[in-house]
Amino acid sequence: MSADKKQQQAQQQAYQSLAQKQKPKPPVLRNVIVAYVVGGLICVFGQAITQLYLRLGFSVEDVGNPTVATLILISAVLTGLGIYDVIAQFAGAGTAVPVTGFANSVVSAALEFKREGLVLGVGAKMFSLAGPVIVYGTVTAFVVGIIKALLG
Amino acid sequence: MLERKLGAQTLVFNNFPRIKAAATVVGPLEGEGPLGSCYDIVYPDQTLGHKSWEASERAMMKEAVNLAITKGGLTSQDIDYMLAGDLLNQIITCNFAARDLGIPFLGLYGACSSFAESLGLAAVLVDGGYASHTVAAVSSHYGTSERQYRYPTEYGGQRPPYSQTTVTGSGAALVSQADDPHLPAITHFTIGRVLDMGIKDPFDMGSAMAPAAMDTLQRHLLDTGRSVADYDLILTGDLASVGKKIMLELAKQEGINLKDKYDDCGCRVFDLQQQPVFAGGSGCACSAVVTLGSVLPKVISGELQRVLIIATGALLSPLTFQQGESIPCIAHAVVLEQLAKEAQ
Amino acid sequence: MGSYLTAFLVGGLICALAQLLFDLTSLTPAHVLTLFVVIGGILSGLGLYEPLVQFAGAGATVPITSFGHQLVQGALRELEIHGIVGVLAGIFDLSSAGITSAIIFGFIVALLFDPKG
Repeated sequence: MSADKKQQQAQQQAYQSLAQKQKPKPPVLRNVIVAYVVGGLICVFGQAITQLYLRLGFSVEDVGNPTVATLILISAVLTGLGIYDVIAQFAGAGTAVPVTGFANSVVSAALEFKREGLVLGVGAKMFSLAGPVIVYGTVTAFVVGIIKALLG
Repeated sequence: MLERKLGAQTLVFNNFPRIKAAATVVGPLEGEGPLGSCYDIVYPDQTLGHKSWEASERAMMKEAVNLAITKGGLTSQDIDYMLAGDLLNQIITCNFAARDLGIPFLGLYGACSSFAESLGLAAVLVDGGYASHTVAAVSSHYGTSERQYRYPTEYGGQRPPYSQTTVTGSGAALVSQADDPHLPAITHFTIGRVLDMGIKDPFDMGSAMAPAAMDTLQRHLLDTGRSVADYDLILTGDLASVGKKIMLELAKQEGINLKDKYDDCGCRVFDLQQQPVFAGGSGCACSAVVTLGSVLPKVISGELQRVLIIATGALLSPLTFQQGESIPCIAHAVVLEQLAKEAQ
Repeated sequence: MGSYLTAFLVGGLICALAQLLFDLTSLTPAHVLTLFVVIGGILSGLGLYEPLVQFAGAGATVPITSFGHQLVQGALRELEIHGIVGVLAGIFDLSSAGITSAIIFGFIVALLFDPKG
């Protein structure tokens, strides 16, 4: 590395530590607690929905489907009403990690890119945020499946 | 020796191109801010009844340009050139606004530094005798910049406390060879160079841009032989609260005393305590509406005699961020001055 | 499967861990959620996720980690029935409701609403 480059790197690092000191840090403890509580409550709500569907006649094996669909529907409507992002700014991972986050990423993209039309906007860009989750979930399942197949 | 160049990066305008008129239009959040009464038009919502935010932003720029021309007692036929910039890919706001306005057009991209860039270049054309009347305009919009640079607007991502809020609005200045000595003159234009201090976080614009602002400030003072004391006000474009603190730290390091003379448009355009704007405002319109709406009247009245506007821009794209690149930044500076001895 | 208490405790914990990654690293939400899906899939392959579901109920099925679990279980079930081709064919069997709901409800909401900004 040339002397110029080294000096430039040193300058950059010196500046970055200066800038770091002036940046407000995210309130980590508060964020983690809020995420815990909100995420936990969403799961409790999911548990309640599951109990409801079990009583409506779904079997234990099948009850996951209507539960997830219901949570997705609620998230979709809240996103459409413009309320979801306000809750999510407060809750952080508490709304992002449950399936509500997945739903919001799909719905917010569909909503935003509506301006580019139903095909090239909504259709093409609906999964622009959720894509990685689907791709890497599938890759993982494939790898696990192959390993299981080879190990017998 | 070039007659009209000082030092390495500063142009001096001996023929005093002046801001004959200016217009500012903003969205509701800006209207509710501390400078709400300074703007010409405050829209009640960000859509203006248009079917896309891009169309709304275009309408804002057209409105600002037309209003500035009207306030100057002219028509669009009288305008020699329009210089404009915005944040969108291919600067579509300016392109389509220029199409509808029919004025010979130069599109510029300096990200959020476009205001100083367009004002400075407009001054060059007028000072050099290439134009009698020019319009310098910029715009930005919360919806258009969020969906292009970051996430869909209804996405539930949690923004960090140091992130900024793009100003929805447009500012246009009519720069002319004008006789009235009470009109504010544009006396200097310092063209910045691109600096990159390795900041990669696209939410951390203040940190990324502050070094460029300091570099241009130092260069400007060196080229003109002036000091901070020669100015009544030094405003950076959109460093916001974090960038402003960094700027003050950098100034301390360089031995420059900014304390009473320095502020940032991103900190002025919103009420950082009461409004949900995180660290403050950003966007091309930030420096434009604050300068043209709240500072220009004070220069006209003589309350402020000499002001240095340093507009700062982050020259990244969503692609460069995804490719792991850091954020190169630039800052351009213009000096606005009240030259009449007894101002009205 | 699970109780309200275990659902709260486990679901909350998974979210809290993600929040730590959000705040203390420069990983984007997309990176963190992708990581969690992969981890869910790996735990599922190791036979560790199903017991978690039994213990925590919705606390394990609602977080995105469960998506990884569903994808892996889908692959493994088809593997048993149809051999190695089943790995390709079965992945979306169990998660189909989630993906389909997101598409359908996303589409409907996009038709009916506009983004507020």
